[in-house]
Amino acid sequence: MKKLLMGNEAIAYGAMEAGVQVVTGYPGTPSSEVLMTLAQMAKEKGIYAEWSVNEKVALEVAAGAAYSGARAMVTMKQVGLNVASDPLMTLAYIGVKGGLVLVVADDPGPHSSQNEQDTRFFARFAKLPVLDPSDPREAKEMVKAAFELSEQLGLPVILRPTTRTCHGCQEVEVTEEISRSIIPIGFEKNPKWVIVPNLAAKQHIWLNQQQEVMRKIFEDSSFNTIIPGSGSLGIITGGVSYRYVREALEALGLELPVCKIGTPHPMPTNKVLEFIEPLDQVLVIEEQEPVLEDQIIKLILQQNKFPHVRGKHDRLVPREGELNVNKVVAILSQVLEISTAQTKEAGSLQLPIRPPVLCAGCPHRASFYAFKQAADKEAIFTGDIGCYTLGNMAPLDAVDTCLCMGAGISLGAGLQRAEKQREVIAFIGDSTFFHSGITGLINAVHNNSNITVVVLDNRTTAMTGHQSHPGLNRTATGDSTIALNIVELAKACGVRYIKEVDPYDYVAAVEVAREALKFEGVSVVVMKRECIALIKGNRKSMVIDEEKCIGCGFCVEELGCPAISRRGETPVIEETCNGCNLCGQICPAEAIVERGVVR
Amino acid sequence: MRCDIVIAGVGGQGNVLASRILARAAMEYELPVQTSEAIGMAQREGVVMSHVRMGAGNYGSLIPNGGADVLLGFELAETIRGLDKIKNDGVVIANSYTIYPVSVSLGISQYDPVGLVDYLKKNTQSLYLFDATALASQAGTVKATNIVMLGALEALKLLPYGGDHLKEVMLNMIPQKLHEINLKAFELGQQAVGGA
Repeated sequence: MKKLLMGNEAIAYGAMEAGVQVVTGYPGTPSSEVLMTLAQMAKEKGIYAEWSVNEKVALEVAAGAAYSGARAMVTMKQVGLNVASDPLMTLAYIGVKGGLVLVVADDPGPHSSQNEQDTRFFARFAKLPVLDPSDPREAKEMVKAAFELSEQLGLPVILRPTTRTCHGCQEVEVTEEISRSIIPIGFEKNPKWVIVPNLAAKQHIWLNQQQEVMRKIFEDSSFNTIIPGSGSLGIITGGVSYRYVREALEALGLELPVCKIGTPHPMPTNKVLEFIEPLDQVLVIEEQEPVLEDQIIKLILQQNKFPHVRGKHDRLVPREGELNVNKVVAILSQVLEISTAQTKEAGSLQLPIRPPVLCAGCPHRASFYAFKQAADKEAIFTGDIGCYTLGNMAPLDAVDTCLCMGAGISLGAGLQRAEKQREVIAFIGDSTFFHSGITGLINAVHNNSNITVVVLDNRTTAMTGHQSHPGLNRTATGDSTIALNIVELAKACGVRYIKEVDPYDYVAAVEVAREALKFEGVSVVVMKRECIALIKGNRKSMVIDEEKCIGCGFCVEELGCPAISRRGETPVIEETCNGCNLCGQICPAEAIVERGVVR
Repeated sequence: MRCDIVIAGVGGQGNVLASRILARAAMEYELPVQTSEAIGMAQREGVVMSHVRMGAGNYGSLIPNGGADVLLGFELAETIRGLDKIKNDGVVIANSYTIYPVSVSLGISQYDPVGLVDYLKKNTQSLYLFDATALASQAGTVKATNIVMLGALEALKLLPYGGDHLKEVMLNMIPQKLHEINLKAFELGQQAVGGA
């Protein structure tokens, strides 16, 4: 049966058909829908699926299952792999029994990430095989192949889709049937599971030998293909870039030979040698880092063959951002010295700037605003990863730093050491608090820091699509569980000032913020109010009473709410208002009133 | 037959649902189809653009500049931002409704609707401009703007498949209780461009 599937859904179906038994992950765009899809089908298909507290834990849980012979999969985005890298590097030495596949989604662009790191490099670093799909359909085939390969090699295998594959849809053939009988599993005690230095030394030799085994398997892989053409210039490409190359060649009416590499590490050298044999020039077109290009240059030197390799090292192919057909056309035109039609310029027209902002009625806006009112002008606001990173936008300007998951608290503690007189307020979301904020909090308490930590508890992992986390009473598959209480946890961490407050209650929130800032030592304020996108039906809506409005524009200039716009003298509240009434509470003329139940 | 459609709008306007309806309809019509959508941080009131490629075979999901047969603009300024995607003889179906970003209310950037409409008229060969959001509101909710736009697209007979097929797929993808509103929105969209 054919279904229209997003790449991430296609990966989930592939894993299910391959008989995956345990799936773990931490949400992160563009990877999240892989586990979301598997969690939905988990009960029916007998799969265990969990949102883990962070990527390191997710990989460790999946590895445990794979030690027992189960097929296991773990999902994350590229920056999540940094968190999981500690277990990963050693897992490559230890190996697995059941197939273990890491789905690590890369985000060239970047569209929704704090960096553009290339997971193919990480695969090389960890000495593990990596598969690089070019579209959703191939991603589904690759995940199935990855399980087979993992069991054949006894090693974890990385599948690295990129944003355009993860979040693009294609018609995909699905059977919804598990294609193999699930083998009864059991952990067998054996010294090989305990990595002591002596074993590590031995395993490193084995892992290095495995590189050649992997490479030989990839020589015959159907994911690596040569598309014949004419001329002495050939293109080597892979992943989503392959699609752009095909379309660009057609647009230019060219029939150059193309070599598509779906397994960039280890690169199938014989395949590449066969391809470059008759060529004078090789153009390597890949997104992000020169992973294929570097291996090709090394190969050519080793073989004493000298076709001219062009690509990133001569700055022909960009090393940052995404590729697309237009960029590939431009690269080809430059190499072949052909001129192409210029696309028309937008001219001098001024279009409005439209960056993403916190939603209308987002409780984070109220939390940021309350702390801005309570804090010194000189206060530093450290931020973290989530929707609330958007608190950096004007007019809130309440996020001065953002580094990586959980860094807000520890970074704040560091800033406070250097500038003792300044107030430091660290904002962190609930999911991020569990992910890696709590260790920073423990560290701050232990070392007698003087900072205020604000947990923006909107009862979900909002930015990535509302996944569960340990603060909630439901799991990924909808089972009920114990909801951890952030206030109690902070207490157990040794925090002596802890208050929970509703950010929609402006007066109370500002008062608590003032108290917390006065407290000597680590203070924690939990700003608790569910994400506005989770609330359905019966939402209130506010309206501006034109008679009372003095046109001061305070509501617009202070809050930056997308539901309040100003086209004339009097601001207008649009239909997108969700009725949080923060504007009503701060309006100096008391001109903002409830419109009544509108939905 | 190939048909490349770009949908330009603001996060929250139902851009993804519109592209999924078009793609599902193509798939059920047995055409190869690929889409590319904006998900995550970009969704939140930011610029969003979806690509739908029908009958595109071996291509990737991104439509190159100057390659789209149709541009569906869900918001005035975003339609203009999407103009470089369109073929010289491509069709632009644009919502005249404006969504002022926070940056405009704060005075950081400008929004000149009259100037933008002029620009749009001067720089397109085939333009259908109307207030789709007002029509959606008339149908029952501004949230149906996306369906009004699909109705207009269908009425202009730019799709490789028929209107009833698109309507059927749309209804299959929308909860029953919203069928009436969306059918009305679809029809108002058709009428807006002189169709059914």
